[in-house]
Amino acid sequence: MAEKKATSLYADAFRRLRKNKAAMFGLIFVIFVVFVAIFAPLLAPADPNKIDLQNRLKPMGSPSRICRNGVYILGSDEYGRDILSRLIYGARVSLTVGVMTQLITTAIGVVIGSLAGYYGGVIDMVMMRIADMLFAFPELLFYIGMMFALGPGLTNMFIALSVIGWAGKARLVRSQVIYLKETEFVEAAKAQGFSDFRIIVKHILPNCMGPIIVSVSLGIPGAILAEAGLSFLGLGILPPTPSWGNMIRSASAYLRIQPWYAVWPGVVLMLATFAFNLLGDGLRDALDPRLKQ
Amino acid sequence: MVQYIVRRLLYSIPVIIGVTLITFILLNVVPGDPVLEMVGKYADPEAIEQIREQLGLNDPLVVQYMRFLFNLLRGDLGKSFKTNLPVSKMIADTFPTTLKLALSSYLVAIVLGVSVGIISAVKQYSILDRSMMILALAGVSAPVFWVAVVAQLIFGLKLGWFPISGYYSFRHMILPAIVLGTRFAASIARYTRSALLDVIRQDYIRTARAKGLSERRVIFIHALKNAMIPVVTILGMQLSGLLTGSILTETVFAIPGLGRLSVWALSERDFPLVQGTVVFTAIVYILGNLIVDISYAFLNPRVRLK
Repeated sequence: MAEKKATSLYADAFRRLRKNKAAMFGLIFVIFVVFVAIFAPLLAPADPNKIDLQNRLKPMGSPSRICRNGVYILGSDEYGRDILSRLIYGARVSLTVGVMTQLITTAIGVVIGSLAGYYGGVIDMVMMRIADMLFAFPELLFYIGMMFALGPGLTNMFIALSVIGWAGKARLVRSQVIYLKETEFVEAAKAQGFSDFRIIVKHILPNCMGPIIVSVSLGIPGAILAEAGLSFLGLGILPPTPSWGNMIRSASAYLRIQPWYAVWPGVVLMLATFAFNLLGDGLRDALDPRLKQ
Repeated sequence: MVQYIVRRLLYSIPVIIGVTLITFILLNVVPGDPVLEMVGKYADPEAIEQIREQLGLNDPLVVQYMRFLFNLLRGDLGKSFKTNLPVSKMIADTFPTTLKLALSSYLVAIVLGVSVGIISAVKQYSILDRSMMILALAGVSAPVFWVAVVAQLIFGLKLGWFPISGYYSFRHMILPAIVLGTRFAASIARYTRSALLDVIRQDYIRTARAKGLSERRVIFIHALKNAMIPVVTILGMQLSGLLTGSILTETVFAIPGLGRLSVWALSERDFPLVQGTVVFTAIVYILGNLIVDISYAFLNPRVRLK
């Protein structure tokens, strides 16, 4: 190193991330999916719920009366709806579920984790035992039970995925806080007479951001897959709202007639989760250089 | 060692109780009356009241929960609303099928995952390594039910190599095992690779090489044994995915196992059956983790001392 410039952790991490080709590919694809979801009405050739019963289960490239460009680019489904448009709108559902559950679980996890880690004692005991019990369920099984209890729908999906999800985040933050509260800079802050709240928020939490960011970026694909799995079982997002999971569910009945109908939602689903996983892996390497060595 | 096992066993008791409690609470917030689901909307109100009394649904929830817990201890999970068979019998009938699916998938996962992991680690940063690791990450990202549907499409409908539904013969078992196993092979490969890379840099491996042992001997005899320790943990961590993956796989391939039974119970809103399958699966999961922890302690003596 010829010159040593003072760089912040994040500038440093971003520099490392930029060098990681796989992670950059992930990032670009994630941005692409977000773009598609936001501009869905402009990008989709047709209204995703527009039905044309005379053109059911048409193969790719068939002429269409409902699409602006006059062609079913990826074919039509069992109601003659445009598969491509439904995929585009499905991105909205997947992203909403992914992002919302991560927001909710991170908010709860950070509060509980930092309280449990900083104060220890009874709060810590109770919180961590509750987390243990939630972890004792196979995840999807718990989600299935929750969705059965609450009924299908987007809001209930947020609730179901968050009830378990906070526990992982809380554990992560707790372990970081326990380590950080013994460090010298926190002791220095205590010696200055700062309040606990200020120490946690201003001194400890900023130092936990790395692991939290990684956990969020790897949590999003997890939530997207969970949504797809639940919708596939008919417990998540119900048709006619398009979701990649419920599209695969409907398509599996028409494998013989329109095989591509089942293929596309899965391809999109896989690419999206793959991109998030690549980005998450890259962020982990970038934010924690020790792991790489 | 015995002390460790006893401690772990004792620790799983409160966890199991917690799981039953959570399941019980969950199913009691379900809107709708289970008895109405059972007898239909047009039943005589008096008859409904009688059934409620018989099933003990008029007792306070605490009493109902305690009864559920004690019956569970005796292996009694109640009777299914739809079939009127004991839930424990229905589970006992389907669980061996799920176990068969799970074990065959594990086998596929371990063989495939460990071999890919070894090749990747030995040829670190080669094109082969990079492409296999990218494939493994793609494998982790693919939803298992979709892979199952596509496998049906290609190997069942197009090529006609395997039957696409049912579970009667060895040929029926192959496709589901590969579908479910490949998914776990992906993460086993990733962990085997990093564990092996870790071990390869240790002093005793350098010593083994310095002694002039063949590379093959160094990797397979000296390195792999120690690299397997974290891999065993992964097997445990995947138990959850395996159990829930089997729910989806069984649904796609119409395999009459526990997973399909739970989905059926849900669609029929058969409360005792839902409760029974959820609690049973959770307990299997807890016990499976227990076995993994114990074998981990067996492989790695340092764990026991903590």
